[in-house]
Amino acid sequence: MSLTPQDIDRIANLARLELKPEESERMLAQINGFFGIVNAMQAVDTSGVQPLAHPVAAIQDIALRLREDVVSEPNNREANQRSAPAVERGLFLVPKVIE
Amino acid sequence: MNDLHNLSVKALANLLQTKEVSAVEVATRFLARMGGNPHNAFLDIDSEATLAQARASDAKLANGTAGPLEGVPVAHKDVFVTQDFATTAGSKILSGYRSPFDATVVQRLRTAGMVTLGKLNCDEFAMGSANENSAYGAVQNPWDTTRVPGGSSGGSAAAVAAGLAPAATGTDTGGSIRQPASFCGITGIKPTYGRASRYGMIAYASSLDQAGPMARTAEDCALLLSAMCGPDADRDSTSLDVPAEDFTASLGAELKGLRIGIPQEFFGEGLHADVRAAVDAALAELTKQGATLVPISLPRTELSIPVYYIIAPAEASSNLSRFDGVKFGHRAKDYTDLESMYKKSRAEGFGSEVKRRIMTGTYVLSHGYYDAYYLQAQKIRRMIADDFQNAFKQCDVIAGPVAPSVAWKLGENANDPVADYLADIFTLPASLAGLPGMSVPAGFGAHGMPVGLQLIGNYFKEAQLLNVAHRLQQATDFHLRKPEGI
Repeated sequence: MSLTPQDIDRIANLARLELKPEESERMLAQINGFFGIVNAMQAVDTSGVQPLAHPVAAIQDIALRLREDVVSEPNNREANQRSAPAVERGLFLVPKVIE
Repeated sequence: MNDLHNLSVKALANLLQTKEVSAVEVATRFLARMGGNPHNAFLDIDSEATLAQARASDAKLANGTAGPLEGVPVAHKDVFVTQDFATTAGSKILSGYRSPFDATVVQRLRTAGMVTLGKLNCDEFAMGSANENSAYGAVQNPWDTTRVPGGSSGGSAAAVAAGLAPAATGTDTGGSIRQPASFCGITGIKPTYGRASRYGMIAYASSLDQAGPMARTAEDCALLLSAMCGPDADRDSTSLDVPAEDFTASLGAELKGLRIGIPQEFFGEGLHADVRAAVDAALAELTKQGATLVPISLPRTELSIPVYYIIAPAEASSNLSRFDGVKFGHRAKDYTDLESMYKKSRAEGFGSEVKRRIMTGTYVLSHGYYDAYYLQAQKIRRMIADDFQNAFKQCDVIAGPVAPSVAWKLGENANDPVADYLADIFTLPASLAGLPGMSVPAGFGAHGMPVGLQLIGNYFKEAQLLNVAHRLQQATDFHLRKPEGI
């Protein structure tokens, strides 16, 4: 299986990455090169095997816990927005999305 | 006190507790060594912030409220967020970022008394095996400055090896603590997945990322790890409800009767002869102390490469979607609308390896490919974890090489990302299974470069691993050797 330049464009759009033409070309060659080692995976018979998400679930039941639904964080707006690219009156600014 | 930089964490802690030296004196000594940023190991140094922490530690030492590691310096890999220092994860997209909080691991080490020396260089978002993917330049290996220090915790390993810090934190997703520790001749351990909190550790692959300490000795690693681990119930949903443990408690226990599993797949033709010789010699020393070697098999070792390089990029592509130029990080100057702002900000902010993994991850998670790649990889992941459980029926710990070769030359794999991936073969299996693993100095190979012995334990058996490493270090001096001039 080999990716095409159109695949690269489609994936780059999904990933919200703007790639220069030479970057797309290099990416295509490198990702196809990588999938050369991935093919070994396809030959493995995994019927009946449960996917493993939390590795320790290999030996015991792991339930992702929920915390109490109570307010725990203080208002820390100034520190939280200190590294924001554009802020006005405590709000994050983005380009206009509704005409 | 000119050799303070050659002392262990334990020795420094003793000198500080008995007030033979002050935290400010110790910090000043290390800050002086860090001047000029040797080996490009650090990404942020702020003497005032360090000295303020040292003064606070001295006050605690004076009034009897000192923690066990009070005043001992530590440096943090730049993927741990810190309030007192900038945090970039080695990426341009986070250039100058200031976190409003400290990572749990950072905060716990501070509570134990440790003083932060600064932030350490690493591969961008911890993606790499040579530290050449940092947006702020490669790190040099202190043993040979034309060679890589390993990665992704390359700055951490180089700083400890060069005596710029007595200990450092690292993170290990596919070998990022063990491999640089091996390449730089120091000791490092990755605990069981879920032992150390991931809160404030900038996420790369959430189901694999674990924090761990790097230092010269196993005993020092045990001291730091004891402070780092423990449940973080409200902050990290994957943190396990396993109480903190004193990992120094069983150090020194005899190895008599210990069964060390030797996976045949780790000693195949890909393993360089010089690395094999050093590993064999270390194993011989352990058998001299009463351990027995048991041949075992980890049949899916080679498959761990594609499995890891599907799962990790998939999780990375999701984790890194937060870098969109809105709430923090780089925003492009020229754009037409919101979507073009996202695309240009990310294109300008991410380096090429990060983009490659985001692309791979996005592809394998996309409609029509998820089952064939991501789900298939997660199923084989369980088979790999089961292989380990089968092996542990015959042995107590598993030992082998950390990497097929010693540290390679800077730039050698620059145009061949897959070459770096293949070199991760011996560290990936334990990562996928979430098992604790460590690297201990085992000798020297080609070009006088250090070689590490990898030890893999069953879940929660960190104390046992650290003891095996400690016993080896009682009988050898590889961990005490230093690059010329250090």
